[in-house]
Amino acid sequence: MTITSPLGAYLPGRSVLHHMRPGAKLLGLFVFATVAIALRTVPSTIVALAIAITLSLIAGLRGRDLWRVTRRFAIVAVLLFSFQAWQHGWERGFSVVGTLFALILAASALTASTAVEDTVDTVTWALGPLRRFGVRPERVALAFSLVIRAIPSILGVASETKQAARARGLDRSPRALLIPLVLRTVSHAQLTGEALAARGVGEE
Amino acid sequence: MIEFRDAAVTALDGRGGNVAILHPTTLTLTERRVSVIGGNGSGKSTLARLMNGLVEPTSGAVRITARPVGSAASDAAASDAARDPSPTLGVALDTVRHGAAVRRHVGFVFTDPSAQLIMPTVVEDVSLSLRRHHKNKRERHAAALAVLEHYGLAALADRSVHTLSGGQRQLLAIASVLAAEPAILVADEPTTLLDLRNGRMVGDLLMGLPQQVVIVTHDLELARRADRTLVVESGRVVFDDAPDAAVAHYREMAARP
Repeated sequence: MTITSPLGAYLPGRSVLHHMRPGAKLLGLFVFATVAIALRTVPSTIVALAIAITLSLIAGLRGRDLWRVTRRFAIVAVLLFSFQAWQHGWERGFSVVGTLFALILAASALTASTAVEDTVDTVTWALGPLRRFGVRPERVALAFSLVIRAIPSILGVASETKQAARARGLDRSPRALLIPLVLRTVSHAQLTGEALAARGVGEE
Repeated sequence: MIEFRDAAVTALDGRGGNVAILHPTTLTLTERRVSVIGGNGSGKSTLARLMNGLVEPTSGAVRITARPVGSAASDAAASDAARDPSPTLGVALDTVRHGAAVRRHVGFVFTDPSAQLIMPTVVEDVSLSLRRHHKNKRERHAAALAVLEHYGLAALADRSVHTLSGGQRQLLAIASVLAAEPAILVADEPTTLLDLRNGRMVGDLLMGLPQQVVIVTHDLELARRADRTLVVESGRVVFDDAPDAAVAHYREMAARP
């Protein structure tokens, strides 16, 4: 299985973002997303995009990585822009698509600069007070990290499924792409569960 | 020590009935090295998975008794074990009733290491196994690096697990399991996906461990290095003897039309 997108993949480094506490980055992402969605004007969208691209570059993502994210987002972007522009004008189309893209890049910057283990520790710490209500912070944090970890894995499965369909001349068949992708994703989840159980993780 | 008491596993056959995956089996495995051989679909993996509760017996019981391990995978992990000996060491544990405790004492290595590696980077995957012993992040990281050093993987610490070779992945999967200091290690065809050199390297590593090791394998040379070998066929242990005799029996069985 290969990683085909920087989204969800950690890139070790020594940047400012790498040195920031994961909690501060998660909070920053939350504030950034809230402000960007609340404003959603053309100038604010341009600023949000500029900030997100800068953060991505600081986190270690390169032009090639940004291009990959853009290419994956392209179909959704075109459909979304067309609909919004038709309904509300091109300015709304640009701000909706631009804001969404800025959030994807900012999230990529977060995952690229934050080791999953640090995220687990932060979520465990943040949920500590809920322990008295029966919440198991370690389990929630583990689930959180598994979701992040699953993104590149599922993208890898999608890429392999596409190649397998292409090898059989079925690259235009939605069934040949979708069914194996769903089945392999479920199988991946099952294997991850078995691997966790086999190592006794989450049972303490 | 691993004990099977009439342990059987059945599954639904899709027509409303049951099909036996493993017929009632009674065994006591006390030897340090046990190998399990047999054809595809014979029930070897089910037998192995019963040993750490990944599969629960439909009837009967499987119990394990963990003994303290002679020497440790890493100094850091060893000192932890010495400071905080498990209260369940030396106690017979049922794989159903005491599942969590059983999995703490019985490590499991899968055929495909990709299925076993959970975290994105090498050092994080080992750290995951150490979370129980090391609450402090720095200590845990140092202990994980010590484990990687022990298995010659230190240079790969920050590498993505997806970029490792097959041999490196299997070595990391074993290191991650051993980092938790299990008393027993069960490996389900650990060399099947590896080339000759890596297969030999993993085989040597497993055979040199201080733990009790049960290896399910198609590699008959590896199987012969055990103290005792089980031959499984059609959900039954059909031969249980010294490795040479068991391998000879299996060869004879496989040669039949």
